[in-house]
Amino acid sequence: MAELQPIALTVNGEHHSLVVDTRTSLLDLLREHLGLTGSKKGCDHGQCGACTVLLDGRRANACLALAVAHDGADVVTVEGLDHPLQDAFVERDAFQCGYCTPGQLCSAVGMLDEAERWDERLDADYVRDRMSGNICRCGAYPNIVAAIEDVA
Amino acid sequence: MEPFTYRRASSTEDALATHGSATRGAKFLGGGTNLVDLMRLGVETPSELVDVSRLECSIDAGEDGGLRIGAGVRNSELAADRRVRSRYPALAQALLAGASGQLRNLATTGGNLLQRTRCPYFQDVTKPCNKREPGSGCPAREGEHRNLAIVGHSEHCVATHPSDMAVALAAFDAVVHTSRRAIPLVDFHRLPEDEPWRDTVLEPDELIVAVEVPPLAVAARSTYRKVRERASFAFALVSVAAAYDGNDIRIAFGGLAHKPWRAFAAEEAIRSGASFRDAAEAELEQAKPLRDNAYKVELAARTLVRALEELS
Repeated sequence: MAELQPIALTVNGEHHSLVVDTRTSLLDLLREHLGLTGSKKGCDHGQCGACTVLLDGRRANACLALAVAHDGADVVTVEGLDHPLQDAFVERDAFQCGYCTPGQLCSAVGMLDEAERWDERLDADYVRDRMSGNICRCGAYPNIVAAIEDVA
Repeated sequence: MEPFTYRRASSTEDALATHGSATRGAKFLGGGTNLVDLMRLGVETPSELVDVSRLECSIDAGEDGGLRIGAGVRNSELAADRRVRSRYPALAQALLAGASGQLRNLATTGGNLLQRTRCPYFQDVTKPCNKREPGSGCPAREGEHRNLAIVGHSEHCVATHPSDMAVALAAFDAVVHTSRRAIPLVDFHRLPEDEPWRDTVLEPDELIVAVEVPPLAVAARSTYRKVRERASFAFALVSVAAAYDGNDIRIAFGGLAHKPWRAFAAEEAIRSGASFRDAAEAELEQAKPLRDNAYKVELAARTLVRALEELS
C-alpha cells in the first residue's frame, strides 16, 4: 500500500504544501504535482542530468532526490532561473533539440557558483569536466562550453 | 518501486532506535544517489528509510592534526575543503574524479563507502547474482567481466567496489567510526569469499558516524590517477592513490577488487629500494585475471608507475 506523507517546500519563490507518496522523486513532484515541466526526465537514473535543479542553492539530480527527504527545501527550476547564461545559450546557439537545455542551464549556474565559492580557475577543460553530468544527445557541447565561458 | 515509510532521524541514537525497532527491511538513507536508483531497479526493497543525511555534517580538525569527516558531509564539500586539498590532495582528486557535479552535491561520505558494486548482473534483477540473491550463481565469471576484479575475488563473486574516495582513504590509513566501534578503512570492506552479499563488516544495526583521516606527512605529496572509458563521469577501470616523498610511501588501487586495494607489497618493495615497475609487479603477481580483464594487470602496473613518477 502506498505510504503518504505531507511535505512543504519553496519552488521558484512560491510556497507549496502537499501530500505525496514517499516514492515520489523531486522531479515527479515538480512535473506531475506542480505542473513545472521544464525539468526533464531523461534516464531517471542520475546519468543524463536533464532533471538538474538547484536544491537549496546547489545543483542536484531531481530524479534521485526523494521529495520527502527534501521537506523544507528551496528549489529553483529552469522556470525560475533569471541568469545571463540563458541569453548566452541563445547567442551561442548552445542547443539543437533543447531537451537537455533546462538541465544544462541549472547545472551550469550551479557550477559557476561552485567555481567561485571554491576559488577554482574556470577554463574550457574545467567546464567540460564539471559539466560531464549533463549529456547532450545532439552534441552541442562546443557551443555549451562557449556560452558558459562567455558569462564566467 | 516498492512502498516504504520515511523518517528523518534527529540524532544517531534516534536513528538506531528507529532502525532497531523496524522490521528487517529498514535502511539508512544518505544522499540516495545509489540507494534510490537501486530501489527503482528493484535491487533494494527497504520497507523503511531512516534518513541520517543531516546528522553529522562537519569536517573537524582532530586533536592530533588529522581530520574527522562527518558521515553526512557531501562529497563536493569534502573535495573543496582547503585542509583536504592541501594536506590530502589525492583525496580531493579522488572525490572529483567520481560521479558528476550534481551527484557529488547529494552523495555523502558514509553513503559513498556503502555504495554497491556496478557489476551489471548485480543491477539486473532478471539475472542470477550471489551478491543480490545468495546461492543463485555468478554469471559474470563466464559473461561480461571486462571491468570486474583481478585480485581477491572468489568463485562466488568477481565484483569490484566502485568508490574513488575510498581508495584514497585506504592509502591514508583512514578509520571508520561507527555507532559502536572504530574500524580501519582497509578492514571495513570485505573480500567476497563465500559471503559476497556482505560488502563490509558493518552489522545491520550499526551506523557510520564519521571517517577519521590521521595526520600523515607524506599525504601532502599525493596524487590520484584514474583510467576510465571516457574522460569524465565514468567508473574506474583502474585507479591509483599514491603518496610518495622519496622516503615514506602509501599506495592503494581502485577498480581491481571487491574492496579498495591497499598495495602493501608494492609499498614494501619501494621501501626496499625496488624500481617502481618492480614494485608494481610485486603487488600484481597475485592477480588472477578472468578471460576478458587481463588488460587490467598491465594497466594497473603502468598507472602506478606513472603516479609515482609524477610524485618523484
